[in-house]
Amino acid sequence: MKPPPFDHHAPRTLAEALDVLAATGEHGKVLAGGQSLIPLMNMRLAAPAHLVDINRLGGLAAVETGPDGVRVGALARHAQVERSAGAAAVQPLLRQALRLVAHPVIRNRGTAVGSLVHADPAAELPAVLALLGGSVRLARRGGTRDVPAGEFFTGPLESALGPGELAVSAFFPALPPRAGTAFEEVSRRHGDYALAGVAALVRLDGGLRVAAATAACVSAGPVPVVVDVTAACGAAPAGAADWEAAARAVRERIEPEDDIHASADYRRHLTGVLAARALREAARAAVEHADGSAGGYAAGSRAGDGG
Amino acid sequence: MGEAAHEIALTVNGVLRRTRVPGRRLLSDCLRHDLGLTGTHVGCEHGVCGCCTVLLDGEPVRSCLMFAVTADGHEITTVEGLADGARMSPVQRAFAECHGLQCGFCTPGFLCTVTALLRENPAPSGEEVLEGLSGNLCRCTGYQNIVRAVHRAAEIMAEERAEEA
Ligand SMILES: Cc1cc2nc3c(=O)[nH]c(=O)nc-3n(C[C@H](O)[C@H](O)[C@H](O)COP(=O)(O)OP(=O)(O)OC[C@H]3O[C@@H](n4cnc5c(N)ncnc54)[C@H](O)[C@@H]3O)c2cc1C
Ligand code: FES
Ligand code: FES
Repeated sequence: MKPPPFDHHAPRTLAEALDVLAATGEHGKVLAGGQSLIPLMNMRLAAPAHLVDINRLGGLAAVETGPDGVRVGALARHAQVERSAGAAAVQPLLRQALRLVAHPVIRNRGTAVGSLVHADPAAELPAVLALLGGSVRLARRGGTRDVPAGEFFTGPLESALGPGELAVSAFFPALPPRAGTAFEEVSRRHGDYALAGVAALVRLDGGLRVAAATAACVSAGPVPVVVDVTAACGAAPAGAADWEAAARAVRERIEPEDDIHASADYRRHLTGVLAARALREAARAAVEHADGSAGGYAAGSRAGDGG
Repeated sequence: MGEAAHEIALTVNGVLRRTRVPGRRLLSDCLRHDLGLTGTHVGCEHGVCGCCTVLLDGEPVRSCLMFAVTADGHEITTVEGLADGARMSPVQRAFAECHGLQCGFCTPGFLCTVTALLRENPAPSGEEVLEGLSGNLCRCTGYQNIVRAVHRAAEIMAEERAEEA
């Protein structure tokens, strides 16, 4: 179908964009990559009166990497973040997750920040931000605030973004020393939203025993579900941790629902299997990372490889 | 109340085209209805089938998931712009040679996607071809001949590069 009519605004500066958003309030919506909003409009499930098209705000396209993490601007496309070698060096989970987001052609337009604001419980990046304890920077006329991931996702397709606000960037913290990550998911067809998926982060102590292990699950509740499985898997050496016990802890915590694609029980089972797999792989990567650090691991230089 | 019209200028297949569109005009409809380029096909209008894929500044994108106003000032290549004059492009020749199409509805999207894929990766592995094609649906061919056509196109392009050198 065709989208309903709206007023199109194409601001040239961030200040101009914030003015339009302030003036239109709850009738205004930001248009970034359009890869979620335009399908909704074509299906007449969304009918914003005003669209504030940010595609001319080139200043928002930067991907900045530093020792603390990666700051992704609102206009950075999935494909651009996925290609960024600097981002992958500082936080490998970004590239691991982005490869699972839709198809390459969708990733050419869709933005990482748009995916966070869209807050689909089946999407990969919200789980990544929640797992890493990242944040989203929201600007409105006359002010800016950083909202931590734990407060940003408030429900299915609902975020803390208020009327008049624009998400200018998101911050993904760097991989800590002696740590590893992995993302495992199952979808009907490659590129589809996942039936179930798990992002894992495992950190080791100096003796290469598990110091902390967490998993974030997609399609497992109204918002990304982060489960701390450190106690469940025990402070065992990375290769001998009880990941099956961790999987049981994950299954107990999540609240998947039935839908036409899968039953809640199947999702619960699948999420456990994927959690064990992702945690084991993250632990393996952590050992590798620890070995690498001994030889002088350089956690990315401060470089804006936003092109 | 009439909808406001926006003046836009697009460079389509190397030709500067100006037109007036309402904000909600999809790029796919602008190409087909306003500019008369009906080679770009429209299947689903929610990004799933890939028929409407065109190149925006050289990169494949869904023209059904972009407003024409957003494309203002950019370069678009559609299936009509792939051939070099009367001579089909290597990707087009490979699709013909390998029977990579039957009804042809999905073909413009596949041709644009594959053209960009081979430009970025001139010798893709089997796995990379599948990943590259995964966002395009075909209801006729069963994909085998499309996959074969991508590898054949890579071969033709390599041969032509060797001849030029
Ligand atoms: C066929 C298909 C398959 C897909 N598969 C997946 C998948 O497997 N996993 C996945 O995660 N995603 C998937 N997506 C969605 C894709 O990742 C989108 O790119 C993403 O969800 C939204 O990003 P966008 O830039 O396109 O946002 P838009 O569509 O432009 O916007 C989405 C929403 O976020 C708001 N918004 C966007 N940016 C901002 C901002 N800076 N400030 C304030 N509000 C903002 C908009 O107002 C709108 O409400 C798929 C999409 C398609 C079409
Ligand atoms: S018509 Fe655009 S993807 Fe189907
Ligand atoms: S050739 Fe008919 S849909 Fe592909």
